[in-house]
Amino acid sequence: MSPSEAEKTNQPVTVLACPISLDYAYSAGQSASRFLRAIAEGKLLGQRCPVDGRVYFPSRGACPMHGVTFGDDAVELSDKGTIVTFSIVRVPSQNIALPLPYITVNVLLDGADTILIHVLDAKLEDVHMGMRVQAVWKPKEEWTTSTANILYFRPIDEPDAKYESYKEHI
Amino acid sequence: MREVAVVGFTQSPSVRREPDRNEIEILIPVIQALREQTGLSSKDFDFICSGSSDYLAGQSFAFVSGLDAVGAWPPVCESHVEMDGAWALYEAWVKIQMGYADTALVYGFGKPSMGDLPLTMALQLDPYTMMPLWPDAISIAGLQARHCLDAGLLRAEDMAAAAVRDRANAKNNPNAQVKGDFSVQQILAEPFLVNPLRKSDCAPISDGASAIVLAAGDRAKQLSDRPAWIRGIEHICEPMDLGIRDLGRSRSSEIAARKAGVSNDKIDVAELSAPFTHQEILVERALGLSQKTKVNPSGGALAGNPLMAVGLSRIGECATRIWSGEADRAVAHATSGPCLQQNLVCVLEGN
Ligand SMILES: [Zn+2]
Repeated sequence: MSPSEAEKTNQPVTVLACPISLDYAYSAGQSASRFLRAIAEGKLLGQRCPVDGRVYFPSRGACPMHGVTFGDDAVELSDKGTIVTFSIVRVPSQNIALPLPYITVNVLLDGADTILIHVLDAKLEDVHMGMRVQAVWKPKEEWTTSTANILYFRPIDEPDAKYESYKEHI
Repeated sequence: MREVAVVGFTQSPSVRREPDRNEIEILIPVIQALREQTGLSSKDFDFICSGSSDYLAGQSFAFVSGLDAVGAWPPVCESHVEMDGAWALYEAWVKIQMGYADTALVYGFGKPSMGDLPLTMALQLDPYTMMPLWPDAISIAGLQARHCLDAGLLRAEDMAAAAVRDRANAKNNPNAQVKGDFSVQQILAEPFLVNPLRKSDCAPISDGASAIVLAAGDRAKQLSDRPAWIRGIEHICEPMDLGIRDLGRSRSSEIAARKAGVSNDKIDVAELSAPFTHQEILVERALGLSQKTKVNPSGGALAGNPLMAVGLSRIGECATRIWSGEADRAVAHATSGPCLQQNLVCVLEGN
């Protein structure tokens, strides 16, 4: 029984709720900040590993394979890419721009060596591996320093990518 | 027991607030400098262990991205403790003792400036009766200091003197955050922050990282002309409930010091990680140090307090003094939990 209930009924207090929360002034870091500032202008920035030349997207501080810093060199990527894998989602989730059921996809952006997880606006029966897609952006006046500037991906009229071009990312 | 030594140590400067870099970006140059210092690359480490806290980062599994600084390909043998890096070093030491590794990379990192540190620290209290009251860490330490003063265990002058000593020593430490010439009178003239603690009784809030390389036997001799051999290491934890502990002494430090063999021989240098002046005095007593020991030549935690790295850095600060020949025998201390709840003691020797 909570303190307010106990007071009304003249019963002992048995439950005491003490909600606590912590606030953070989060800083994304130098690399992620550069990525976020770029996406506010509609640009997608990745970074190239100096050891093996792979392009990581989004940009991050260091190569997770080689432990070396990426430095200040950024690589601008296309907003077109290839579907590597996909899944049909039938349970609701927050902040998804599409109605149920919808498709989540792993997209390999052209020029990138890491995948981006996003959602696809297409007929369920049409989605397939190798499908070429492009980002659909929010109206420009709504762009902020957020990946939510991209609403979803949508199929484009291009021939499927060859399996060899994305098999490493499955 | 296998002979295990500290053969590499690097650290970032302790700063009140890293404005741009995130935790990982603070850590990356520290690991890079360690590679250059030891000539080792990531694939030379048989085992990697880190200490950090998701509560400081405000993000679950924040520690995983720490591996970006290491480079985890080909796959590495790796572990993490949600504690100061000194405990990560203990885990690595055990791994080497068990014969699973000859070399280990240990690192700790934290960026407490992102949150409200004294309130964040309340989350390590007992979750049923104390944590819901959300007492901040300075108030909890203040209760302990008040007990020590009222019981006649120490005087306010003694506390101020600890701050004076550490800040003077820190003048020689380019990584220290709080340093300079102060007097006991000057500090006693400060208003109370949380009675009976003044601001100068409290360690600063610091962002930072540090890293150490451990190596066993001949491998250590290859990597260092004078390795800092770990001749004793122990950590002991006291109960969670503050009401059933003797807060006027650090029992767990006493036991850890005995088990680590602190008093077996003279101690040239001691590096303590106590975040409040009265706690530093309690730890100094618990270790049984004599007048001949130089305490906190780096300034200790009161001069720079990068949480989750500060204890590991104490071991590193001792090791560098062994390497240079400044000390033959040193003791490092790390702490965790409210009011010195858990303490680690590490004895390092040059011979
Ligand atoms: Zn790489």
